[in-house]
Formats: sequence, structure tokens, C-alpha cells
Amino acid sequence: MALIETRDLSRVYDLDAGRVVALDSVSLDIDQGDFVAVMGPSGSGKSTFMNLIGCLDRPTGGQYRLAGTAVESLDADGLARLRNREIGFVFQQFNLLPRVDALGNVELPMVYAGFDRRTRRERALQALGRVGLADRAHHRPMQLSGGQQQRVAIARALVNSPSLLLADEPTGALDSRTANEIMALFQELNREGATIVLVTHDAEVGRHAQRLVRFRDGRVIEDRRQTPVDARDLAPEAAE
Amino acid sequence: MRLVEAIRSAFSAIMANALRSLLTMLGIVIGVAAVIAMVAIGSGARNLVDSQIRSLGANLAIVTPGNVTQGGARLGAGAASSLTDEDARAIRREIDGVVAAAPFVQGGAQVVAGGNNWGTRIYGIDLDWFSAREWDVATGRTFDPEEVRRGDIVILLGQTVARNLFGEDDPIDQIVRVRNVPFRVIGVMAPKGQSAFGQDQDDVVFVPLDTGRRRVIGRNYAKDGSVGSIFVKFANESDIVPGIESMTELLRQRHRIIGEQEDDFSIRNLTEIANTATASANTLSMLLAAVAAVSLLVGGIGIMNIMLVSVTERTREIGLRLAVGARPRDILSQFLIEATTLSTIGGALGIALGAGAAYLVAQLAGWPSLVSTNAILMAVGFSALVGIFFGFYPAQRAAKLDPIEALRRE
Ligand SMILES: Nc1ncnc2c1ncn2[C@@H]1O[C@H](COP(=O)(O)OP(=O)(O)OP(=O)(O)O)[C@@H](O)[C@H]1O
Ligand SMILES: [Mg+2]
Repeated sequence: MALIETRDLSRVYDLDAGRVVALDSVSLDIDQGDFVAVMGPSGSGKSTFMNLIGCLDRPTGGQYRLAGTAVESLDADGLARLRNREIGFVFQQFNLLPRVDALGNVELPMVYAGFDRRTRRERALQALGRVGLADRAHHRPMQLSGGQQQRVAIARALVNSPSLLLADEPTGALDSRTANEIMALFQELNREGATIVLVTHDAEVGRHAQRLVRFRDGRVIEDRRQTPVDARDLAPEAAE
Repeated sequence: MRLVEAIRSAFSAIMANALRSLLTMLGIVIGVAAVIAMVAIGSGARNLVDSQIRSLGANLAIVTPGNVTQGGARLGAGAASSLTDEDARAIRREIDGVVAAAPFVQGGAQVVAGGNNWGTRIYGIDLDWFSAREWDVATGRTFDPEEVRRGDIVILLGQTVARNLFGEDDPIDQIVRVRNVPFRVIGVMAPKGQSAFGQDQDDVVFVPLDTGRRRVIGRNYAKDGSVGSIFVKFANESDIVPGIESMTELLRQRHRIIGEQEDDFSIRNLTEIANTATASANTLSMLLAAVAAVSLLVGGIGIMNIMLVSVTERTREIGLRLAVGARPRDILSQFLIEATTLSTIGGALGIALGAGAAYLVAQLAGWPSLVSTNAILMAVGFSALVGIFFGFYPAQRAAKLDPIEALRRE
């Protein structure tokens, strides 16, 4: 059984200006442990797809199962629980809380999972160590570089051990060298068993995935497996 | 999320905009300060009245010689008082609802016992005094009717006098001298403490009316049977006003005052004097209540406004919290707690301000400053309620945000 199963998944916006079909009957399976790059032109429905499989948005048609759970049947609290336990989201703009240090940011999902302070602290430190930022635990986002901020965001996405890691253009705000470091981290997490779906505009970034899905006008127009390029092999100069 | 942590994070959100938060709280601060001051002033005044009634006795009127419009001027040295024992007796006999009519004379005196010497006030009284003033002896006994009738040379000491003359010793049956007249102590009065105006009411001695008049006070009471004033005690508060009317009638008759002629006495309702204090305190309280209500309302609206601004400013934060698994009710309680923390801090500042104001008023008015725990709890409760009530709408708006919309907002 696949981790993600979508059947004719659709998202239609009814606007005064007219109907916008952002996602048009997408049926796609993604297995546990896969590393998928989602590509396609602007407005092709990539973010719409990510938001739907991330349980941030509800489809207007079709079905979606995440780890066997029929997501359409869940209420707001059920969706919140799924986002909390099963999904880790990484955003292009990092979305860290500015007033809280790195540790506090990483703790946030565990706050809503109901862990006590000590457990939270322990696991957050562990997650920060995992992304190589153990020594920056008490730095605020403002005191960190873009790449470091994105690492903190990744640590936050990892900390509840979700079954799915979703990243919508995680390298979009970073220079290519830093982007490469972030991709190396994603590959490492994937080797350790994380299922990753990642949206990118950058073909170089897409090459690090095992599978490439291309969208156009809300439909999947290409879906192929590829041999991933190891981000560690790319010299910083080569990536530039 | 546990409450303590929620409050802690609410604090840091508030401190992030310290000045703005402080200005927002101002309405609550003033409102709560007004509540605290209102309660303190109200109960201060009530205490004043209570202690007045307690130390004088309830349902009391006092008949004094001379007319209020003329002041005490007519009672110069040597002038005889217009009131007599007989007036008191007539009042006791003929006015409805009167339970005691206590005529008395008073003056200052040096009281000497052994080597000790104490200056105090001396009262000549009859038996009605004890019931009129609701005042009994602590040790020994009061006068018996014969002693009063004969004008025996016996004396009752107030607590302060007894202590200063005899220390720890028992004064009963000891001899004290007043103007060289040797009095036998037959009792020590129960302690009354301070009067509402801060006098020591226990610094006093009592002798039978006639004894006082003839032996130790004399002077103004040359005319036979004349007295200084008369305390009149009524059974019920409702008897006082009609009682004063019929007393006026009675005394005018007895003093042969006719037609347009002015009274040669005046009668004051002591309960009414006490009630005037309550009334003015009530007026002040009402004013403060109005200030409190308006300030709390304005403060609440201020909090609502600032919370709406805060929700708008932090839309992305809300979106992110939703994305990492916050339920709508987590967002709701976060903003509710923030609003409540804000208003409660305002409440705490208001309590400090209100207690300060109450203390100041108490100092000026001369009553004990009373900031009760009840008032503080009430103020805290009020300010928390304001936070919850006015924070609810903004919090609900935050909780209803759509995660994607919120995340996309700049
Ligand atoms: N809230 C919305 N209301 C109306 N239309 C929307 C909304 N969100 C997205 N769309 C439309 O849905 C389509 C797909 O948008 P989506 O954001 O998924 O594109 P995308 O592939 O992520 O593009 P980009 O690469 O620029 O991020 C677009 O045509 C967009 O205009
Ligand atoms: Mg997009």
C-alpha cells in the first residue's frame, strides 16, 4: 500500500472572474521512502497539490488517502492531528517565529502534540543536531543565515517523526551553494527512510530526487524515475 | 498547550510591544483603580458611620441649650443653661418611643490618686446614661438609684484614667480626689476605644449628676437642676423624626416660648449626621462606579482593537501554527489568554493605583484605609472578564483563519 494515494484529486476555485481549475483529476501514488520532485511552470498547480496532500486544503473532488486514512472524512481537528503527527512542512519563506529562538521554533509541533517541556527540549535539541545546528539552539531567526533558518525549519518538520516531508520550493530563497547543502540534507533524510515530496523550479534541484513528476495546467504530464545525483558529489563551484 | 506556558508566551507577545500594550491597558488600569477606590471609600465611610453609632449608641438624638443659629454664644461664662433635669424627665415621660433620656453636665478635672495626677473630662450623669450610650462597667458596678438621688461622692473611671492612676492595680474601693473632694471608685467602664474623630473615649470619669453639678463642675449650672445636654435614645430609627418634632413642641411649652420666638434649645439627630456621611460617600462611590464602568468599557474596546491588530499582524504566525498541527481551539485559546493576560496586567496596575488613591482619600477623610481582599479579587475578576469578553471576537477571527490563506498573507 502506498503512503499517498490520490484518485481524481481536483481543486476548483469558483471566482467572480470565473472558474479556475487549479488541480484537474490527479491520480498519483507515492510509496513510503520515495523522494519525489514536483516540477512544472508557474500556475500549473504544484502548490495546490502540495497543500492538498499536506492536509492544509480540502479538495473539491476525488479522494485522498494518507497512510490508509481517508482524509476527506476528517474534521478540522482530525486534519490538525494529521498535520501534526504525519506531515512535516518546509516552506520557501522558512516561516519561523521571529521572537522565538531556534529551539523554541523546533519545539512548536511538539507543543501541539502535548509533549512535556523536558521531552520537547530533548527532542528539539536532537533535531537541531540532526541538521547541524546544535550550537545555534538559542539564536533567533534574525541571527541566522537563510540556509541556517531553512535548516531550523527542516528540524521543525522532522521533530515529530512524520511519515511525510513536504517542501514547497525550499531552496527558492537560497543561493545555489546553500541550496545544494539543503538538498544534501534532504537526501540524507531520505536515505534514513523519510518520504519526501519537493516542489522546485530548478532542474538542478530536481536531479537530486528519485522520481520526477511534471505538472501542467493542473494535470500530471510526466512521471518518471531517475538516478538521483548525489548532492555531496557536487563541488560548491560546480553548483554555482 | 499547558496554561502556564500559554501565559508565558502571552507575556512575551505583550512585551514585544511593551508601549503599545501599556497604552492599551490604560482604560483597564483606570477602570480597576476606580473600582478599588470606590469599594475602599464606600467601606471606609460605612466604617466611620458604624463606629460613630457604636461609640455613641444607635437611634440617638441630642438636645443642647441655645439655638443653632446663635451658636453657643449665649452660653458664656456664668450664663445658666436653659435645660433642666425636669426637661429630661418630661421627655422620658411624654414622648413616644423614647427609651432613655440622659441629662448630663460636663467639665474638665484633675483626678488625683496617691502620687498620681491625671487631667481628664468629668461627666455628671444619671442612670439613663448607661442605656442611652449602651455603655456598661467592665468591673465593679454602676451607680445605684439612691446614690444618684442623694448625690453620693462615688466615681466611675474610664479605662484610660484607671490605667494611668492605678496601673495594674484594682482601683475598686480606692479613693481618688477631684477638686479635693475624696471620691470612692465603684467601677471601671468598659473600653470604647477611639471615637470616629480620633478622641480617646476612655479618657473620662463619671459621677452622679447632682454630685457633679454641686461639687466639681458648678459654674455654668448655677441654676438649680440645670444640665448641659440631654441624650435621648429611641427604640426604633423610625421613632426619631416624629420624636424630635414632639420634643420640640414639648420643650417650647415648658420653656414658655410662643409664636415666632426662637427656640432656646436645639435638637440634633445623631443617626442623621452619620447618614450624611454615608450619603456623601455613596455619591462619591456612584461617581467612581460610573468612571469604572466607562473606563472598563473603553479599556475593553481598546483591547479588542489591539487584539484585532495583533491577529492581522500575526496572520502568518497563525497559518504556521495551523500547519504544524494547532487546532482552531488552540489558536482561540492562545489569543484569549493573550487578551486576558493583557487585561489582567492592567488590572494589577489598576489595583496598585486604586489602593494608592484609596489610601490618600482615607488619610484626608480621617478613616482607616480599607483595600479588602474581596475588592482585589473582584477587580482581578473584572479585568479578566473584560479580557475574555472583548478578546473573544478577535480570537475567534484568528481561529477561523484558513491555513493556506494565512500562510500566504504578507
Ligand atoms: N486562493 C486561490 N484562489 C483562486 N485561484 C487560486 C488560488 N490559489 C491558487 N489559485 C490558482 O490555481 C492555479 C494553480 O496555482 P498554484 O499556486 O498551485 O501554482 P504553482 O504551480 O504552485 O505556481 P508557482 O510555481 O508560481 O508557485 C493558478 O492558476 C492560481 O491562479
Ligand atoms: Mg507554488
